[in-house]
Amino acid sequence: MTAVDTAPPTAAPDDAAARLAAARSGLRVDRRRRRVRTSVVTSVLAVVAVALVVTALMLGDFPLAFRQVVDVLTGGGDDIARLVVVEFRGPRLVLAVLVGVALGVSGALFQSVLANPLASPDIIGVSQGASAAAVAALLLGGLTGLALSASALAGGLAVGLFLYAVAWRGGLAGHRFVLSGIGVAYACASVIGYVLTRSDVQEAQAALLWMTGSVAQADWPLVRLLGSTLAVLLPLVALVARPLQVLLLGDQQARALGLRPELVRAVVLGLGIALACAATAAAGPVAFVAFTAAPVARRLVGDGGLALVPSALVGLVLVLGADVVAQHVLPADMGVPVGVVTGAIGGPYLIWLMATLRARPA
Amino acid sequence: MTLTTDKTADATTEHASAETIHALAAGLEGERHEPVRLAAHGLHLAYDKRTVVHGVDLEVPPGAVTVIVGANGCGKSTLLRGLGRILKPAGGHVELDGRDIARQRPRDVARLLGLLPQQPLAPEGITVADLVARGRHPHQGAFRRHGAGDAEAVAQALALTDTHELAGRRVEELSGGQRQRVWVAMMLAQDPRIMLLDEPTTYLDIAHQVDVLDLLTELNRTRGTTVVMVLHELALAARYADHLVVMHEGRLFRAGPPAEVLDADCVREAFGLEARVVPDPVTGSPLVVPVGRHQRRA
Ligand SMILES: Nc1ncnc2c1ncn2[C@@H]1O[C@H](COP(=O)(O)OP(=O)(O)OP(=O)(O)O)[C@@H](O)[C@H]1O
Ligand SMILES: [Mg+2]
Repeated sequence: MTAVDTAPPTAAPDDAAARLAAARSGLRVDRRRRRVRTSVVTSVLAVVAVALVVTALMLGDFPLAFRQVVDVLTGGGDDIARLVVVEFRGPRLVLAVLVGVALGVSGALFQSVLANPLASPDIIGVSQGASAAAVAALLLGGLTGLALSASALAGGLAVGLFLYAVAWRGGLAGHRFVLSGIGVAYACASVIGYVLTRSDVQEAQAALLWMTGSVAQADWPLVRLLGSTLAVLLPLVALVARPLQVLLLGDQQARALGLRPELVRAVVLGLGIALACAATAAAGPVAFVAFTAAPVARRLVGDGGLALVPSALVGLVLVLGADVVAQHVLPADMGVPVGVVTGAIGGPYLIWLMATLRARPA
Repeated sequence: MTLTTDKTADATTEHASAETIHALAAGLEGERHEPVRLAAHGLHLAYDKRTVVHGVDLEVPPGAVTVIVGANGCGKSTLLRGLGRILKPAGGHVELDGRDIARQRPRDVARLLGLLPQQPLAPEGITVADLVARGRHPHQGAFRRHGAGDAEAVAQALALTDTHELAGRRVEELSGGQRQRVWVAMMLAQDPRIMLLDEPTTYLDIAHQVDVLDLLTELNRTRGTTVVMVLHELALAARYADHLVVMHEGRLFRAGPPAEVLDADCVREAFGLEARVVPDPVTGSPLVVPVGRHQRRA
């Protein structure tokens, strides 16, 4: 006690100033650290994405040199190289990029707004709903092309609305949404199975290809359609990002901070469903991308934020990488669709995620 | 002998002196608030169909400290949620600034009124700085991002709650008491004119309990902030309340100045506890001393 008693009394204003200074510098350091990490992660992912794009453009029946690809991309190049890049490989590449981005962002929205890593459109029936509708349209209605995509879109949206209605009890119960979604996914799978067994082998084969998710059928009109859909949806996502971040504090806190949680959740889920359906309509249900992209991105960034841009990039890298592997690494005569590869990555990934998840205090 | 905290016993935390708090609080952005009125009229609150709060009429004294006490499960948190328009009334209504709170824009309400829940959630991995900064949300638009004024408000909130050394730490890695002070900091960053706090002193050691209560009192005195909080510690409640509200089974049991409200009858009825009420040796406010079954002096 004597030590305390003889210590000179702290001059209060000095102490206040010192505390403020410590707080300010702590804030600055924290902000800078988070920014640096996010930008490092984003740039590394962007570099990987660009490398994949160039690789995808180089490889194929008519191999191009790195130089040739770069020339075409920068507006030059010879006619043949340009034809190969723009007409043969371009649509498939861009479709893979767009599908990856859409699925990555969609998964990030779902998982954060429902606060559940299982809440992703490919787990809770949105993708399956799209598939069931598409398969039924293909096999029972004989629809193809854009009409097929439109049915997929309608199927996914219908599942989304249905889940919303089921899970609504004066507010959305997240676990109910997810669990009924898993039920819907199985119901859709049985619809698909039923339709498939009723149709002849040739047709069923085409449906099966669509259902594994494939970007092989890409052409520029399809790419343009998906591109313009994303051009509408992604800016809206950017607008809801901030309210969504506040919503992560839970409904009570969010409401206390001046948010309408139900409104924000409805908008975010609507955007997530729309993105997933758009991607599925264009390429079929590419397995596990929406499910894996956001957790990977978030773990890389590691600050408890939404990590929307990194999720988009991880989704892009996954789909594009998987397509490169499917086309060029696996034997050519296999003609494996991209969805098979992403699915093969997704299963082990989930196990790894569970095995390495940091133990959290109860 | 006076009760002083032995500073050598707690090397990691230096408590802010009263002068420090005063200097910081006085330096907060903005001047003294005009007190804002908050009142419940015939308020019924229910979960699903089960009514938990039955027809509460409560005028929160503007610019004063109101403390709500009552037994576990008697509806204190529920009442606070109703006042903070987290829960929609099953009957009656809440008025903020003379108008029905349900008809006002959520963001406008959030600038006037803040609420710290009993068990707030923090997203995994979030840092203290990031969390406290989210308290600024009602002051920012969709396009107006985190500016210098926001950063300063956050810094002040950290300095006032003894959390200025924790800015870069992850919230989930803090001790219960540190985390609780971070939540109080978030409320300070929000800077509302009425603060509703549900047990803001849980998890806090006795010195930090007094710190948080002193801080709220300081904000109340220097800035005119209206404080409404739920406390379990009756001695502290009686000391810090200008207005004490005792709840019992979803109803207002008694309300008024602590010295008039808190007596042995009240404690027996509201808590089912035999107790003696004596004057607090430090402040003279009523001090509830439980009798208990086994510890009577022979
Ligand atoms: N989210 C909820 N859903 C359903 N019932 C609830 C909910 N929250 C509280 N209740 C019930 O409402 C009643 C009042 O609860 P409340 O949380 O308001 O009590 P409290 O006075 O704050 O208690 P404590 O001192 O333990 O915090 C209790 O019977 C409780 O079981
Ligand atoms: Mg409570």
